[in-house]
Formats: sequence, C-alpha cells, structure tokens
Amino acid sequence: MTDATAETPRRGSGMGSLMASDDHTAKRNAREKRFRMYGLVAVCTGILMLVLLLTSILTAGLSAFRQTTIEISVTLDADRLDPEGNRDPADMGKVTTFGYAPLLRDGLIGTIEGAGIETDLGARDVADLISDESVAQLRSFVLANPDVVGQTIPVEVLASGRIDGFFKGRVTYETAELDKNISPAQLRLAEDLKAADLLRTGFNWRFITAPDASTTRPEAAGLGVAILGSLYMMLVVLCLALPIGVAASIYLEEFAPQNRITDLIEVNISNLAAVPSIVFGILGLAIFINFAGLPQSAPIVGGLVLTLMTLPTIIIATRASLKSVPPSIRDAALGIGASKMQSVFHHVLPLAMPGILTGTIIGLAQALGETAPLLLIGMVAFVREYPEAPWDGGLFDPATALPVQVYNFTQRSDPAFVERASGAIIVLLVFLLIMNLTAIFLRRRFERRW
Amino acid sequence: MPVIWMLAIIAILAGAGIVLGRKKALASAGGDSRLLHSLPGYYGANVALFVAAPALLVLAAWMVLQPILIESRVAATVPEDAYETQGDLSLILADVRRVARGLDLAVEQGTITAERAGDMRSEFTDVRQRLAEVGVAVGTEVDRTTLTAAQRYRVLEGRADLAMNVVVLLLAIGGFGLMYAKTDKDFRARNSVEAAIMVILIGASTIAILTTLGIVLSMLFETMNFFRQYPALEFFFSTTWDPSFSGRGGSSELGILPLLWGTLYISLIALLVAVPIGLFSAIYLSEYAGKKFRGFAKPLLEVLAGIPTIVYGLFALITVGPLLRDAIASPLGLGTSASSVMTAGLVMGIMLIPFVSSLSDDIINAVPQAMRDGSYGLGATQSETIRQVIIPAALPGIVGAILLAASRAIGETMIVVLGAGAAARIDANPFEAMTTVTVKIVSQLTGDTDFSSPETLVAFALGLTLFVITLGLNVLALYIVRKYREQYE
Repeated sequence: MTDATAETPRRGSGMGSLMASDDHTAKRNAREKRFRMYGLVAVCTGILMLVLLLTSILTAGLSAFRQTTIEISVTLDADRLDPEGNRDPADMGKVTTFGYAPLLRDGLIGTIEGAGIETDLGARDVADLISDESVAQLRSFVLANPDVVGQTIPVEVLASGRIDGFFKGRVTYETAELDKNISPAQLRLAEDLKAADLLRTGFNWRFITAPDASTTRPEAAGLGVAILGSLYMMLVVLCLALPIGVAASIYLEEFAPQNRITDLIEVNISNLAAVPSIVFGILGLAIFINFAGLPQSAPIVGGLVLTLMTLPTIIIATRASLKSVPPSIRDAALGIGASKMQSVFHHVLPLAMPGILTGTIIGLAQALGETAPLLLIGMVAFVREYPEAPWDGGLFDPATALPVQVYNFTQRSDPAFVERASGAIIVLLVFLLIMNLTAIFLRRRFERRW
Repeated sequence: MPVIWMLAIIAILAGAGIVLGRKKALASAGGDSRLLHSLPGYYGANVALFVAAPALLVLAAWMVLQPILIESRVAATVPEDAYETQGDLSLILADVRRVARGLDLAVEQGTITAERAGDMRSEFTDVRQRLAEVGVAVGTEVDRTTLTAAQRYRVLEGRADLAMNVVVLLLAIGGFGLMYAKTDKDFRARNSVEAAIMVILIGASTIAILTTLGIVLSMLFETMNFFRQYPALEFFFSTTWDPSFSGRGGSSELGILPLLWGTLYISLIALLVAVPIGLFSAIYLSEYAGKKFRGFAKPLLEVLAGIPTIVYGLFALITVGPLLRDAIASPLGLGTSASSVMTAGLVMGIMLIPFVSSLSDDIINAVPQAMRDGSYGLGATQSETIRQVIIPAALPGIVGAILLAASRAIGETMIVVLGAGAAARIDANPFEAMTTVTVKIVSQLTGDTDFSSPETLVAFALGLTLFVITLGLNVLALYIVRKYREQYE
C-alpha cells in the first residue's frame, strides 16, 4: 500500500543509524513537505484571487462616490424664462432646456471673470466644463421654485465627465491632447477654478439616488431606479418564496408519505437548484411575459423569476433546519394531545425559525446578485422614471436592477462608465455584506444545539 | 371595480368570519369552551379560510385567463385580409390593446363620454389625436378595423370584469354562509382547517414540479416552432453561426457547433484552474490546516462563492482581459482582443474554486478515520495516506463535485458575456475571442424580439440544449455523490 513496505528489502538490515534518515526516508519526507506546500499554495492562491478581485473593484469604483461640482451664480432672466410673466410653472414649462443653456453659460463666464481668472477659451469651450445634465437640473429647479426667476442665485452644477475624470486622475494633459471632447486649456481653466475654490469635489449622493443618465453624461448617472427596482424584486421574492418555501418544506419533511411522488418532488428540487440561471430567464420570458401578458422590465416579473430560482435554496435550508429539531419535541407535543399539525406549527416551526430565516436571507442575497435571467425579461431597458410606490402599482412599472445596471454601464463606450459600474458593484457588495452579516448574526444569536 | 377593492372586500369578509365564527361557536356551547369540539379560534379560522381561499384562487386564475380568452375572441373578429402572417396579427392586436387602453383613459379623464367611446367611427373622428390628448401615443392612424376591434375588446373586457366580480363575490359570500351555518359546538372545525392547510402545503410543494414543467414545456414548444422553420440537422451539425436580422429568414446560418466549442473550451480552462486549486485547498484545509488557519481560510474561500457573477464579469472585463492581452497575447502575437477564451476561463475558474473545494472538503471529511489510522499504522506519511488511501476512497465523490462544477461552468452567463466576446468561431487559440451558448441566448433574446423569426426562436433551442446538457451532468453527479455517501454511512 505505501512505499515503505515496497522498498524495505533493498535497505538491508542494521545499516545506518536510526537517528539519521537515509536517502529514501529523506526523499519521502521531502515529498511530504512538497505536497503540504502545494496545498498551502492552493489555499493562498484562492485567497489572493479574492483580494485581487476586491482591490480591483475598489480601486476602480471608489472614485464614483466622489463628484466634481462647480459653483456658478446664474442670473435667471425673467424675460427669457417666463415670457408670460405670470410665474405659472405650466406656462414656464414651454421654455425648453435650450432656453436655459445660454443663461448657465453666461453665468459660468461671469463667475470666471468675477473670480479674476483669465482664459482665452471661447464661450462654447468654457460651457463644455459643465455637464449637459445641469441645464435640465436648473430647469427643473426653476419650475419647482418659480419665485427665483429674475434673481441671481448661486447654483452647484455637475462638472462634465472629463473634468471630473481629470480630478480623479483618469484624464491627464496628455490624454486631453488626443481627446476631441476636452482640451488642455480647459483643464488649466478647471485647475484655476479649483484654486479659486469654485470647483469642488465632494461626496456623491446623486450616484446613489439619481436615475440613470444618457450615454454621453456619465457624470450624472446614478443608481436610484436600480436600487429601488432591486428592492421591489426582493420584496416580491420575500413575500412569495418564504411562505411557499416553508410550506413546501413542512409538507416534505413532516407530512409527506414515502412514495414515488415525494421522491419525484425531491429529485426535482435538487435539480432545480442546479439549473443555469439563464434558463429561468427563458422561462420568465415565455410564461410570464408572452403567455400571461405581464409587462416587460417590471419588478413583478423579475421578482417572480427570482422567486422560482430561490425556492430550492430556501426549501433545502428549511428542511435542514426542520430536521435539526429533535423528535422528542414532536413526541412531547403529541403526547399531551396536540394534533400532528399543531405539533408542527406550535412547536417545531418556531424552533426552526432562526435556521429558516438564515436560509432565506442567503437565498435573497443570491437573488439580489443575479443578472442573467433579468437581461431576458427586459430589465436592461433605459429607465429614468422612478417606479411608483408598491401599493400604487409600482411593481408593474418599468425599472432596472442593480446588477443589470452594472451590465448596462459596461456596455457604454465612455471610460467614465467603468468607474460607475465598479461603484455600482460596491453598492451591491455592501448590500450583500449587510445581508450575510445579518444571517451570521441570526445564526450565532439564536442557533440551538440540541 | 378595481381588483384592490375585491381584495379588500374578501379581507373584510374573512376578518368578519374570524370574529363571527368564533362567537357563534361559543354561543352554541353556552360560552363554555370546554364543550366545543375544537379550540374556539379554529371555528373563526375555518370560516375565514373558506371565504378567502376559493375566492382568491378563482380571482387569480380569472386574471390570468381573461386576457388570453378576450384576445382570441377579438382576433377572430379581425378580417382575414387585414393581415398576412401571425406576426402581423399580433401587431394589430397590440394596436387594438393600446387603443382600447387609450379609450379607457379618455373616458376616465372625461374627454369623451362612455357611449361616444363605444360608437365612435374612425371615418368621422381623429382617434389618434383624441388619444394623444390623454397621453397614449399610437404609431399610425387608427383605421376602422382596429377601432372596431378595440371597441369590441372594451365591451368584452367590461363584461368579463363584471362577471369576475360577481363570481368572486358569490364565492366569498357562499363560503362565508356555508361555513357560518355549519358552525356549531359539535362541528369538527380543527379537522376542517387542518385539511385545508394540508391542501395548501401540498400545493406549495408541487410548485417545484410546475416550475420544471414550465421550463421544459415553454422551451420545447418554442423549439418545435423553431425546427419547423429551420432544419434541425443544420442546427446541430452546421459549423457556421451567422444570424441575419435584416433579411427575414433564409439567409441566416444557425449552427450550434461553434457555440458549443466556445462553451466547452472555456469550461475546460475554468476546470483546469479550479480543480487543482480547489482540490489541493480542500486537502490542505481538511488534513493539514490547524483549527485557527482553517477557521480563517475556509470562510474567506467561501466568500468567493457568495460574490455575484456580474462582479467576476466586470473583473474579467476591466482587469484580467487587458492584463492578459498586454502581458501575453500581444507580445506573443496571439491576439489583440481583451475578451478571450483565456480571460473568461481564468475568471470562471476563480469562481469555481470554492465550489470544488467545499464539496471535496465534505467528501474528504466523510472518509472514515479508521482508514487513515490504518495507513499511518503501516508507516505511511500523511501525503502518502492522502494520495493512496483517501483520494482513491473519495474519488467518486470528487468526480461528482467536478461534474457539478462543470455544469455550473457550462451554464454560467455573465462572465462569458463580459469576458469571452461575441464572435462565433472554432479555433484552438485561447487568446481569441469566442462565444458560448449562453452569450447567444442573451444576445438573441434582448432588445428587439420577434417571436416568429428563427433568429429569436433559436434562443429557445439553445436554451433547451443547455438545459439538457446541464441536467444530464447534474443527474449523473448527484447519482455518483449519493451512491458514494451511502458507501460510508
């Protein structure tokens, strides 16, 4: 069986000291050491990969949480913004963003002159410092507060993606030479603005709350709709998968007779757990959207698909947890006259609850990170409107989901979106971390060893 | 009446049932709960269950079936010369639905009266303009066929809604009346409630079967549609994948072989990375590592399994891909693409490490200690014991784990979507971009999908192939693992 027996005759007897190992033993020991080494290297490689993965995402994505803004004082010309002169938002709404753009540009130029900064750039090039999105922002701000028309107010507007990238190290003078969207002169102007404390970099709340923005405005893109959509889907999954999963497990674990059908169900569940997630997407597309006529991109469809995906996870966890409740509990309940159903619902289920909740949270975490099936049911759509509240039919409104938003960002050409995608991943990982920590806490706090 | 009102009414009736059922039962026993057959709560729950369960079930079924039935009725009224193919008909029906929805909205906002919406004629009214006023955009002018169909749609829908409300309400009230009348001190309320709960439990556990059935049927149905338009032989044996979206049908070549090649090549590389690392990690952690190191390293490795695949995809896209291209592929002249078989394979391998390691860890731990002790007793070193006793004993289980990992690799989507590229080709160079079955399912089914063209339907055939392959691997793996477990239990 081992090399030791096979090699013994060759060694003869009484040769060499017992204290000093001979060549063969040394070889075997060296091999032992090497083998052990391989194992250690393998473990360390695995951990190293984890570290590499996380650092790569963090270094690429942390900057998404900081955003460069420019403070401008804008004169809101009453003749231009409110031609009717009645400060009625309905009439003022007829002035499009084209009416606001010159105001913002003049405001920026005025601000630069006011700060005593000299530049030989044209008005157009100066205006390129700020994001196209800020015009729309200014317009909606004015429409919400019609009283500010006619005044000169300070506004904090987003710097354009390239300027933002310059202060995050993504854009340099060298790359600006080759870039048709930005010139070194503009970067110099931005540096002057920073020196005058008109241009600042601060925490980027908009990244978490704002909706997605068009492909040319990476600086304005946010995760608001995606986070809300993911939240809605988790709500659906929780409301459906937990009761259905628990009910199914109770039946299979406590009541089901040992027969063919029960066997079939069990084999089915363990196989469903290993079906590729994209197949569930095909199912969702064919059944929920084509057959049942539910709307595309709706959190309800995503939630249903993810429910079917998470069910096996929850059922497996729940059954394990029911199984760990000792039979003496059931016997005691039955002994004092409880029905079988009462013994399960009054005694076994409450005792199994921590395990069930832990399994559910882990299943939810899995569902939160799932992307592939959601691509097929139209969650990749570009959605800017927040869905309504769930009781106002918000589950049927179009929305996206966090992991799908990441995929969406990666499909856009502007390199600034790589930063956004990594930032979105960080948000996703934070959510997952919180969920998993809750599960670990639940397990530590409530787990009982019988 | 909106559905939410129906739900509210059912909830109120059920709530009343809980209170009244209990009250009546207690009253019949003269207030002495010891004379009741069941605990008083069961009488209330019994009434509530029989109010809510049938009504809700019918409500749900009705809401799913109603649009389908109405659609088919309306489709029958569309004259046959108005469309040529099934696709045209579905376009017309989509228009009909939109117009009907617009008319509903217009009536709701009061821009037209209900009668006017019913007898409006497209010859005399600019329907499109009217609908635009209430915020419903219709692509083309509304012609007579569409308008009459939409009006018919509204009439049918109105009738069906009314019928649904009546039936559901009757069911709820009937359930209430029946069970309330039955409530009495000798009535076996607990048995009745428990039987009902049992039905619910059994129903919940059949959902798993229904899901599998849904998966298989939906894909089988569309796959058959596909093979009616595209020869099966060519799908399975053609080596070209070249779908055309401009010219409908005919010019597309939809051979699965290049996709299968990409899938298998990437999975192979992934397994070449994951199996040695995972296996050695499992051996080290279960046989050598001290308690402290194990407690620290095992959870860390398992974190890798909890990270969503989109994160791995992004890692492949922004880090591994460019790194491999600049460090290996470009200098050696092997390729210029950041997305390649190697990129996707390596990253997928990392993803599979914890999968292989934790499964093998379980299996190695299940090998009885007596076998180790026997080997040590014969003078074997630890590594000799592992190589010559433990691994052979655990081999079936490990093979099962590897098969499970392989099925995971074949079905993986996001890593290959972001890391492997989209070009379908059969090539031996791992630094070339290739594509997989899952990537093509995603690309054929996202965006503009027309369910009558083979270019869309092929995704279902691909999905079915994928399903069959992974299912086969899973069944085989589970069989091996189960067989192995029995051996040492």
